[in-house]
Amino acid sequence: MSAVLSSETKKVLTAPLVNDNPITLQVLGICSALAVTSKMSTSLIMALALTLVTAFSSAAISSIRNHIPSSIRIIVQMTIIASLVIVVDQILKAFAYEVSKQLSVFVGLIITNCIVMGRAEGYAMKNPPLESFMDGIGNGLGYSLILIIVAFFRETLGSGKLLGIEVFKLTKDGGWYDPNGLMLLPPSAFFIIGLIIWAVRQWKPEQVEKVDFKIMAIAHGEGGHH
Amino acid sequence: MLNKEQLWEHYEKFKIYRDKILALGNDSLEKTIAIALSLCFICAILVSFSAVALKPLQVYNKDLDMKKNILDVAGLLVEGKDIDSEFEEKIVAKLVNLETGEYVEDINVAEYDQRKAAKDPAQSVRIPKDKDIAHIRVKAKLAKVFLVKEGDAIKSIILPVSGYGLWSTLYGFLAVNADGQTVQSINFYDQAETPGLGGEVVNPNWRALWKGKKVYAETDQPSLEKGTIDDASSGEPALSVIKGVVEPGKPGSQYQVDGLAGATLTSTGVTNLIRYWMGKEGFARYLGKVRTTKEG
Repeated sequence: MSAVLSSETKKVLTAPLVNDNPITLQVLGICSALAVTSKMSTSLIMALALTLVTAFSSAAISSIRNHIPSSIRIIVQMTIIASLVIVVDQILKAFAYEVSKQLSVFVGLIITNCIVMGRAEGYAMKNPPLESFMDGIGNGLGYSLILIIVAFFRETLGSGKLLGIEVFKLTKDGGWYDPNGLMLLPPSAFFIIGLIIWAVRQWKPEQVEKVDFKIMAIAHGEGGHH
Repeated sequence: MLNKEQLWEHYEKFKIYRDKILALGNDSLEKTIAIALSLCFICAILVSFSAVALKPLQVYNKDLDMKKNILDVAGLLVEGKDIDSEFEEKIVAKLVNLETGEYVEDINVAEYDQRKAAKDPAQSVRIPKDKDIAHIRVKAKLAKVFLVKEGDAIKSIILPVSGYGLWSTLYGFLAVNADGQTVQSINFYDQAETPGLGGEVVNPNWRALWKGKKVYAETDQPSLEKGTIDDASSGEPALSVIKGVVEPGKPGSQYQVDGLAGATLTSTGVTNLIRYWMGKEGFARYLGKVRTTKEG
């Protein structure tokens, strides 16, 4: 692999997986990570859609980056991203109708996903198209990784299934597993993502943010002079 | 039409303009406008091309999905059989005027879309607030029902139903016997209730509980012989989704379906939509006619 890809492309492709993960480190794209992860199948499609949109929009923006007037920079990025998202949505409706029905509005909401905009503004505006494309793929994969982990826990614990196939037999079907209803609701993804962030930062302490300010200890004797 | 040379000439001119504009400072007004316009032009082509090119496939998918749902609720969905030909062979679509309960024959059934019609003021009626128990606000004047026939006799009547649950409007089909009274099956093809809680309306185990339930109390069945179904005692559905589990054998249990655990509001929504669509505002007149005349 290293023979084909330069060190820069390799870096932009692999860094977002753990070291610079868009969800756990940059804490971007949380909204859709909450919404679509109650099932593995929807998460996979969402991950694929977002990865493709990020990669292609970054490549497109990067290829015209030297000609984008700074006053309409964000609008230009949005137009490109929105067009790609609509195309993806149309393709899903044509070739994966069932899944597109389940994802409903969330495909459209890729437009507002902070990862796509973030990579366009943060990377593609300053780097050549191929690297930007790879950076989009890398960040898409980093997002996908977290989505898959979250969906794995939510679907197995919440409905005893994985990709729709039964793994735990539920009590209501005569089995032993009593599903955790919280796992099916969006807030559960907060807990899981929180736990993932905690685990990653235990493993890589350099990801822990520096404290911006410290709360000063209140000296004795102050206050209370009323 | 332009010939090749003229086209080439135009392209050369275009190239000169393009290079002029690209050479301008990025923040000049001309370049800003030119970039914005050309970007919009290219994106518009991309979007409209994909929308137009994929439209036939999307329409086909939607249609197929609907047919699949109708076959499913009729209990005719067989793995491996072609959905299109099965549907063609076994299902007859008809339009019913909800106000009179009569069939409407002079409109093309295949092209009629009840959900679209409900949004068109000319083809729909606003439901008075006090009668709008399913919270759907408007309904189409004509409803598209589907019949499964065996010879001349009706085997099942498939009625479109809709109503508001917790988060979303549920759209589905209810299949009843020719008596207009015994439920065969129910399914919801479009809903966005909480997955695992209200979303369990699509669970085959829960749907199986509906089989054999009765819609109307014995004395309240809509019929023409009993005079008018506007009579207060007649044509009001008794079927409901209760809270908890139905005790079999208890009086009235034939009118009750187990509630969805943890989804009281969705369960109530289903009760409401059954009450609405099987009541006088919905299909009671039509079912009364079918029962009395035995005509499909």
